[in-house]
Amino acid sequence: MQSRYESMSARNGDVEDLLQRESVGVGVRALIGSSWGFAAVPDPSPLAARQAGQTAAAIARASATVPGPAVDLADVTVGQGSWASECREDPLSVPLGEKADLLVGVTGTMKAAGVPLAEASYQIWDTRKWLVSSQGHRIDQHIRECGAGMGATAIGDRQTQRRSYPAARGQYGTRGWEQVRELDLPGNAGRIAEEAIALLTAPECPAGETDLILGSEQLALQIHESVGHAVELDRILGWEAAFAGTSWLDLAKLGRLRFGSELMTITADATLPGALGSFGFDDEGTPARSVDIVRDGIWMGVLSGRDSAAIAGVPCGGMMRADGYARLPMVRMTNVGLLPGPHSLDEIIAATDDGVFMETNRSWSIDDRRLNFQFGTEIGWEIKNGKRGRMLRNPTYTGISPKFWGSMDMLGGRPEWTFWGTPNCGKGQPGQVGHTGHPSVPARFRGVRIGVRG
Amino acid sequence: MSATDPARPAAIADQVLELVAARAPGAEAEVHVIAHSEGLTRFASSFVHQNVAEDDLRVRLRVAADGHWATANTNRLDPAALAALVDSTMDAARHRPPDPAFPGLAGPAAVAGGGNWDAATAATTPDQRAAVVREFIAAAGGLETAGHVATSSDRAAYANTAGQRLTGQCTAATVDGIARTGTSDGVARKVAVRLADLSGAEAGEVAATAARGAAGPGDLEPGDYEVVLEPPCVMNMLQFLGIYGFNGRAVAEGRSFVQLGETQFDPAIDLWDDATDAESTSLPYDADGTPRGRLDLVVHGVTSGVLHDRRTAAAAGTVSTGHAVLGNEPWGPIPTDVRLATGDGGTAAELAGRMRRGLWVSDFWYTRILDPRTTVVTGLTRNGVWLVEDGKVVRPVRNLRFTQSFVDALGPGAVRGVGSVALSHPERWTSGNFVVPSLHLASWHFTGGAGG
Repeated sequence: MQSRYESMSARNGDVEDLLQRESVGVGVRALIGSSWGFAAVPDPSPLAARQAGQTAAAIARASATVPGPAVDLADVTVGQGSWASECREDPLSVPLGEKADLLVGVTGTMKAAGVPLAEASYQIWDTRKWLVSSQGHRIDQHIRECGAGMGATAIGDRQTQRRSYPAARGQYGTRGWEQVRELDLPGNAGRIAEEAIALLTAPECPAGETDLILGSEQLALQIHESVGHAVELDRILGWEAAFAGTSWLDLAKLGRLRFGSELMTITADATLPGALGSFGFDDEGTPARSVDIVRDGIWMGVLSGRDSAAIAGVPCGGMMRADGYARLPMVRMTNVGLLPGPHSLDEIIAATDDGVFMETNRSWSIDDRRLNFQFGTEIGWEIKNGKRGRMLRNPTYTGISPKFWGSMDMLGGRPEWTFWGTPNCGKGQPGQVGHTGHPSVPARFRGVRIGVRG
Repeated sequence: MSATDPARPAAIADQVLELVAARAPGAEAEVHVIAHSEGLTRFASSFVHQNVAEDDLRVRLRVAADGHWATANTNRLDPAALAALVDSTMDAARHRPPDPAFPGLAGPAAVAGGGNWDAATAATTPDQRAAVVREFIAAAGGLETAGHVATSSDRAAYANTAGQRLTGQCTAATVDGIARTGTSDGVARKVAVRLADLSGAEAGEVAATAARGAAGPGDLEPGDYEVVLEPPCVMNMLQFLGIYGFNGRAVAEGRSFVQLGETQFDPAIDLWDDATDAESTSLPYDADGTPRGRLDLVVHGVTSGVLHDRRTAAAAGTVSTGHAVLGNEPWGPIPTDVRLATGDGGTAAELAGRMRRGLWVSDFWYTRILDPRTTVVTGLTRNGVWLVEDGKVVRPVRNLRFTQSFVDALGPGAVRGVGSVALSHPERWTSGNFVVPSLHLASWHFTGGAGG
């Protein structure tokens, strides 16, 4: 694997950090009997690769001294292939000066609007992978990803308020620099700075139960945390029990458990053009595909790789990915998201007599079984009699996953369907950072507890 | 020179500086070289299911010319690749705007030691790690187990054009696992410089005892309870106070609660950071090439120190405390090796024995900041919670969600007891470790049950 990375960040009108990174190396996974071993070296030479293979085999033999059930691998298409993500404008070829001007400009605009802290950044990944296996895989891929974001922080007495655009952690995809141009950061810099300042004196989000409308960015993280991680088969099988946790889902109920309302249909689709969780083949060589996770509210599928799928007796989902040559491929979300519904955000607000609209994630926390969650957003608005009213600060909401999803009664439509990208999903030991996509729309949830605070 | 030669990082650093001098005369530059090796044996359902090893040697170059600077790193070490690294980093620096706050490079200063190193830990084999796993599983007495045993080593060198030359090395070993009943988990987690100082059998027994004691938990009404927090919880609190409070960048930008010289904590709190003590698993210098040492953060409840890297120190008119972390520049300086002074409260069980009605909590999970200024954090309990009444453990409790200001929880009058035993826990952000005791706190705000 050969990977290049570039990031730049600016603060208050100055470029503060520019990092360029390159890695080359070979990772080898070996299965001996029922046990795996993995070894990585920062050297693509034949000699080093051979040594990595020998080390991986030795590790697999050590694993066999604490053995488990025999490992079987689900049947998948084994073959040769080549794939590249769509990229109209190579992000690494865009002049650094132009990229710096963008970040300097928007942070300067925010600073001039009155916030003490204005930040903006972009990230670019350019990864070439070659996969060969003893089963006959011969696959190469070239995946280019990039995105950007910005935030304005206002500071008051015993509080800070932040507004971000286009999302709390920026927006990313398997696309070229056109992704960043389309975001129109300059056109939104002044607005978010003004909103951050206004939040300092806005009323606190009230506490109680009410109808909750979520913007699509916040709902994307809700999907990520309470659906995506919950349906990871390695968690369900207990392989992540000591660290990331397990899942409240019981495989015996697959195909009949009600996860949410009938409006809820979620797929894991690695074939969506431009979405951050898209690829041609996963890191076991399984071709990308779309898998039903929840269909009309019923739990229908899991995220899996070849070994976990074989154990669970389900088709292999092709969701094994590593964050570099030095990491073992593991079950990862692809593009796990909602299919759009019949409404629009305006229709949802107009149909709500009394509620709160929350937008842009600020905090997120969920238990180790992925059942109890509490989220905070940067901003909220009171909804009264079908109209958006006062701005609210410190909005939070909490709930239990199937009850929450069961309360969803209005869902945004295709015009508002956005493929949000999450470039910072942590999982595994040693830690890996995954890139996941989350198609999402605005939606309404009935009777949700809001306004939880310390 | 072989890949494992201890002198290799320094030789590469010198080689890169020579390339800078030849290809960009007059440029300021600093070079970090880190040779990192790591093995991690992971187990679940009481068998080894993931088992990995990695060797890496990485060069990080930062160059500055006329106030323009840039950073690049690579693991390609052939002469042509290193020359390309120098050229591309210089090119990047020329194409970015000047940085008026660039503090310049660290001048010559010696480190207080070379770092804590154990050759046996650095040479640990997969079979040796598997043996520790076997001990853990056996000691759990038939309970299902999961966790990992890891060993790592770093040999590093730093050199810059201002004359600073440093080398350092460190090793770390971790045993971290849970034992599980059908209704509960118990945890044991510890890090040390030497694998020989850790015991899989002891950890397995601790985890199993906790899991059995936590079996069959019941619900509890949320509300404010006094608490005994075991070291994993205390460490988590101190991480937040370090990142959002003692961080010199947060202080400068007004995002921190820190008020130097003010009594912001209970007098029982003495807190410092020291990457050079005998338990540290960190390198003895930071990402700026500043030697590390002890920095008092809280002395008898009085806020006494702020973490600085060269950038925040220059802005504040002071000197760096050696807390720049590689790759962490946007966050600013953070602690790597926090120590909280022990008290006379005994064990966690003995602290719990002095609670009138409260909760004894083993571990926290998924803690996230709600407001940095007040360090209000939400999160959940994990791996064992017990209701204590009149000093007696009454029953295990299902996991609870809390929303609590961490600094307020440690405020004047809020600390009722400090444990006598400090445990060393791995710090996942920085590869350092925190050594902290259990705490008995007057109040903690639980906002709901986790089970639904």
